[in-house]
Amino acid sequence: MPVSDADRRIARLAALAIGLTLAEAALPSPVPGVKPGLANIVILLVLLQHGWRTAAWVSGLRVLAGGLLLGSLFAPGFWLSCAGALVSLTVLALARHLPSRHFGPVSLSVLAAFGHIGGQLALVGVWLLPGAALIKLLPIFAAAALVFGTVNGVIVTRMLAAPAPAGRQSAPCTLP
Amino acid sequence: MLLRAGDAAVLLAGTGLVVALTLYAWGGVQGDTAVIRAAGRVIETTSLAHARLFSVNGPLGTTQIEIQPGRARIARDPSPRQLCVKQGWLTQSGQAALCLPNQVSLEIRGRTSAYDTLGY
Repeated sequence: MPVSDADRRIARLAALAIGLTLAEAALPSPVPGVKPGLANIVILLVLLQHGWRTAAWVSGLRVLAGGLLLGSLFAPGFWLSCAGALVSLTVLALARHLPSRHFGPVSLSVLAAFGHIGGQLALVGVWLLPGAALIKLLPIFAAAALVFGTVNGVIVTRMLAAPAPAGRQSAPCTLP
Repeated sequence: MLLRAGDAAVLLAGTGLVVALTLYAWGGVQGDTAVIRAAGRVIETTSLAHARLFSVNGPLGTTQIEIQPGRARIARDPSPRQLCVKQGWLTQSGQAALCLPNQVSLEIRGRTSAYDTLGY
């Protein structure tokens, strides 16, 4: 099967997302599971520029390769990542139909962040920690989703507004 | 433009969700019943609906318990250090004020108790 331009684009964007995932894994976090979700910046840009299918590919590859590189493939953390990405992509699939006149990247980012943490917590609640222990942590995770979702959304807005760099080799992409 | 009208609405809704979750997860359960004990025995179980005053006798003297709608406190106690009086008003289910020297205790209960049992 020949490799198309679209495949190369997906690979390049996925590499970016994986890079951000790895960089983020090195950041210390006060609460396990609270992360900025920098890779979601890439997913969101891909969604807005190349559509949902490409975003889903990039997201899936990121989760898989991130699991491979961090050594958590098929471990609980990997499945949490899967659940988060899945719900987040589902939310984005619906949210991208919101009128873009009123709803910008910040909306998409915040909704996706809530979807991400919602999917993860749902899996944790059903599979890893059934019971009430999780409830006390909900506000922390929700607040983190709100804050990081907003920050990521603002970053995406600014990146989209920035002029595209000259001398591009392949498909349009405002990523650095 | 960084934020559009819908974005502001989404952020507002998100903030609302966080606040609601915080209240739901961390807010205590409002108590609706006061249980007064002397020397370990329950001598009065009363609702927190109406203002009332109780006087309970212990080994040191009389402890006064004041009940107001939604809250209760030890108003006066002969204990030397006044710890239970200094606790002030109790409102949440599971809160308790103990006057150990006079062997009087006041405990607030709600529909759901925060703890199964407390040992002192």
